[in-house]
Amino acid sequence: MNRLAAIYSSNLGKKVIAAVTGLILFGFIAGHVAGNLKVFTGSTPDGLPHIDEYAHFLREVGVPLVPHNMVIWSARIVLLLAVIMHIAVVIQLAMQSAEARPIGYVKTKRKMASPAALYMMFSGGLIAFFIVFHLLHFTVGALPLGEFQEGEVYRNLHSSFSADYWYVSLFYIITMVVIGLHLNHGLWSLFQTLGLDNPDRNKIIRLGSTVTTVLIIAGFIAIPLAFLTGQMPPVEEAYQAIAPPNH
Amino acid sequence: MRIKIHVWRQSNRTDRGEMKSYDLEGLSPDMSFLEMMDQLNEKLTGNGEEPVAFDHDCREGVCGSCSMVINGEAHGPKSETTTCQLYMRHFEDGAEVFVEPWRARSFPVVRDLVVDRSAFDRIIQAGGFVSNHSGPKPEPNSIPIEPGIAETALDAASCIGCGACVAACPNGSAMLFTAAKSAHLGMLPQGQTERFDRAKDMVDKMESEGFGSCRNYAECEAQCPKGISIAFIGRLNADYLKATMIEPIDRRGKMHAQ
Amino acid sequence: MLTLDSKVPSGPIQDAWTNHKNNLRLVGPKNRPQYKVIVIGSGLAGASAAASMGAMGYNVDCFCFQDSARRAHSIAAQGGINASKNYRNDGDSTWRLFYDTQKGGDYRAREKNVYRLAELSTAIIDQAVSQGVPFAREYGGKLANRSFGGVLVERTFYCRGETGQQLLLGAYSALQEQVAAKNVRMHTRSEMLDLVVVDGRTRGVIVRNLETGKITRHAADAVVLASGGYGNVYYLSTNAKGCNVTANWRAYKRGAGFANPSFVQIHPTSIPASGDYQSKLTLMSESLRNDGRIWVPRDPDEKRKPKDIPEAERFYYLEERYPRFGNLVPRDVAARNAKEVCDKGLGVGPTGYGVYLDFAKAMEEKGAEAVKAKYANLFEMYERITDDDPVETPMRIYPAVHYTMGGLWVDYNLSTNVDGLYSVGESNFADHGANRLGASSLMQCLADGYFVLPVTIGDYLSRHDAGEITTDHDAFEKVETEVRDRINTLLKIKGDRSAQSIHRELGKLMWEHCGIARTKESLMEGLEKIPALRKEFWNNLRLPGGHQEMNQSLEHAGRVADFLEFGELMCRDALLRDESCGCHLREEYQTEEGEAKRNDKDFAHVSVFEFKGVDDEPELTKEPLSFEALPLADRNYKS
Repeated sequence: MNRLAAIYSSNLGKKVIAAVTGLILFGFIAGHVAGNLKVFTGSTPDGLPHIDEYAHFLREVGVPLVPHNMVIWSARIVLLLAVIMHIAVVIQLAMQSAEARPIGYVKTKRKMASPAALYMMFSGGLIAFFIVFHLLHFTVGALPLGEFQEGEVYRNLHSSFSADYWYVSLFYIITMVVIGLHLNHGLWSLFQTLGLDNPDRNKIIRLGSTVTTVLIIAGFIAIPLAFLTGQMPPVEEAYQAIAPPNH
Repeated sequence: MRIKIHVWRQSNRTDRGEMKSYDLEGLSPDMSFLEMMDQLNEKLTGNGEEPVAFDHDCREGVCGSCSMVINGEAHGPKSETTTCQLYMRHFEDGAEVFVEPWRARSFPVVRDLVVDRSAFDRIIQAGGFVSNHSGPKPEPNSIPIEPGIAETALDAASCIGCGACVAACPNGSAMLFTAAKSAHLGMLPQGQTERFDRAKDMVDKMESEGFGSCRNYAECEAQCPKGISIAFIGRLNADYLKATMIEPIDRRGKMHAQ
Repeated sequence: MLTLDSKVPSGPIQDAWTNHKNNLRLVGPKNRPQYKVIVIGSGLAGASAAASMGAMGYNVDCFCFQDSARRAHSIAAQGGINASKNYRNDGDSTWRLFYDTQKGGDYRAREKNVYRLAELSTAIIDQAVSQGVPFAREYGGKLANRSFGGVLVERTFYCRGETGQQLLLGAYSALQEQVAAKNVRMHTRSEMLDLVVVDGRTRGVIVRNLETGKITRHAADAVVLASGGYGNVYYLSTNAKGCNVTANWRAYKRGAGFANPSFVQIHPTSIPASGDYQSKLTLMSESLRNDGRIWVPRDPDEKRKPKDIPEAERFYYLEERYPRFGNLVPRDVAARNAKEVCDKGLGVGPTGYGVYLDFAKAMEEKGAEAVKAKYANLFEMYERITDDDPVETPMRIYPAVHYTMGGLWVDYNLSTNVDGLYSVGESNFADHGANRLGASSLMQCLADGYFVLPVTIGDYLSRHDAGEITTDHDAFEKVETEVRDRINTLLKIKGDRSAQSIHRELGKLMWEHCGIARTKESLMEGLEKIPALRKEFWNNLRLPGGHQEMNQSLEHAGRVADFLEFGELMCRDALLRDESCGCHLREEYQTEEGEAKRNDKDFAHVSVFEFKGVDDEPELTKEPLSFEALPLADRNYKS
């Protein structure tokens, strides 16, 4: 406990906390995109889209060993804590860094720092807003942006990402790009913060971060894009049970 | 050639300070940037004005005295070059040149372009040394050092302590300086015994001096006149983490009590 | 007349230092904290001395004019540091290093001092490595060596081209350790402006804080001057802009003897000046001469690019004149020859004062990459300054003032003739005679600071009670008033010329009248012109700003004022030394081939000057030199 307090009390330690919580959130995002891609894999023979089935599975994981919704709520609490800690330390660090240069330059020129790195706070803020928005939108269904039926993920997606609500898709796509920038800088720099980088593997780490990020973000963007451009089967088709063969 | 130069003027620590502009003519492209500043000061002296104060000494790129942010970049536009090694041929005829001091809370402006960098000395005092006395020492060849390690330690030790990393960092962080100093000793056998205490003590001192924190912009490396790699920062992070999480805590107390 | 007791121990040279140490009085560990020692300067000598004494428990105050102790000009030494480790098994030994140093210095140094230096050389490497100085290593992890100007063995230890930087950082970190331990108090941006001497004993210094202008008194039981050399009397030199003679000069004016002031080393391989605005000269390490060949076109009207000039039309003057050493002749020989060919009109470059240093042959033999790798930062530095790539076209080089062998007279204990005033490193005259061997200055600074002074100073301190005189003493009052008056006088002149312009004029004058080659006439002329320029300074100086603030013009003016007095002393010494020796070439005394002709009968002595008044002739005292261990021999680099 003393050691954890020592870590938290230093800025370098706070960065470590940001890195570790960031890694947890990255894990969530990677899992999330993998699950979401089930939207493209069609439906079960009895008319349940795979994505709906997946959503159901998340709620029922571990049953009957643990109660319904137990696992998903545990995960949600861990994620919530990670998000809160991530935001808390990052804000503390940003405030401290702002104090470190009370008088700025008349002229500033950057040789190396990427926009992704420079605007981490901005992209982070947008992501925080997005998380709330996204939960209200697809988890709670509290936003008047398309149809919402609890548990019927495919229907909800189809409706919200339809051409009628094109701005919803646009917002999701733009946000995904911003998340991508945040993720890309966050991913490689967590190696440095945790001291795992070294000159021999830095190229691989940077390249790997970029490739991973691009793949994840492409996966996310593909969903609204596919619905918006009408590439996805209509709701009725997705929920239609395949008629048992006639004997 | 001629230039229009905008310089930060501030008469002492408490003065508010402001940018002032001067026209300079008859410069040679083979002149160094500081020789141009000399020229400016001669002109100011001739006009009965006070010359611009700036730190400089060796004028060959190693003492680390010069400390000017030129057109928004620490030590100016040429990479791996100190201000004193910057030449007017790197500027266009008729160019506008902005010259500002290092900006950081931990580097208060003393006058014009002169800043107080004693915080760096204090970081070294916190642990940037191998505890030692003068006197007979073991034969150096009895402790062979792999040349690659010696060279990498020398890469880190090439830091001239100018403070460009702090000036360049959007967060005003001194991580590159602290990391280079700690890596130099931490890589060599002579520096092993105090390696983790050193990392912890130097980082703690750096933070208490009020420098910002590293956000891995790598801007410090890009503007470092010696091109010191941010890989040393990763190394310091690892040492610091180990010092805080794994290494025995009470050892430090015993060391200091000796 | 000065009383000069060199305190050189008797007996065989090999045991002299050990026996001497055994006979010195010591201060016990419990008593050391009561003794306060002031160190002026934080370069290799000052930092190592302050750190060593701090670690021993003395109460040390160290002052430097820079913003950090780490910036002293020792940091700029590129090439390396000598030590007779004999790692290469090429016949090196303490004796051989002693021999080379004494011979290189043209027998104008005290031989027991020089022997001690050679003897301590190996301990310096051990000490530096233990501090974490990352010397170059061979594949097996053992220390690497290279050869350096004028010697036949490989005994130079190096860290790329930044040996001085790494050694200084080692000494600086040791110093910071002592600052943290509160044994040393470091005063940065502080310039010593005068010395307080009471009844022949040093009692402290007067210091100006360069940021606030505040003038303070500091009392001490002993004062150590480690304030470096005075090459900037020439305005253009390889010294840092801040290097000055002030601390030494004020000590001289308070009674310390100044020895051999005219002994100035002109380094053969600096980048030539490109115009009148030039503010300093940048040295290219002498190690370049290991692979570079020096030449000029035979035709004074040569207009072709150096690459297009055929071999037969190139004059490799060092290789032709000195077949055995070739391009590796000692510094003074190389410098003089360069000046000579340029004076004949064979020089190259826009000013005509430059010679080629050509790597084509080395690159042909070893490969361009290997040569580039060996001198990477030097090539880069050259290209940065001149915009020429030494791989494509030969470098242009020209001699530049580099090091000053002269300095305060000190005895074997490094004490000046004023009790309690010590001088270490370049600021003393001790070990290099009339010329310094390459890679020996770092060695001398560290030998003085780590190993000699910390032991010898105890001998003086132990004879006196600590803290006998405080800053309330009348002498402090008097000296401080003098310091203030001098500053006020400077500020009140309100003339037309900047200190910079007068300094530049003094530099040209010194280079012309007391430069690489000197004649009686030129020196006499110099002795007339310098006082006139000094008068001009005190009547026509324009000094902006005040003194209760940071005022760099005021700092500079104070140093120029001292140079203007000191330059005269240099010319006088050069004039009185009717011989050529080491770096001091009097054109009247040379062989037909232009070699220096020493006069051992009349000049085998150290010339020590005593201050008698700014406009009065100083009094000369001679310390005779004896050559028991190593008999006098001609320096001949031809065979």
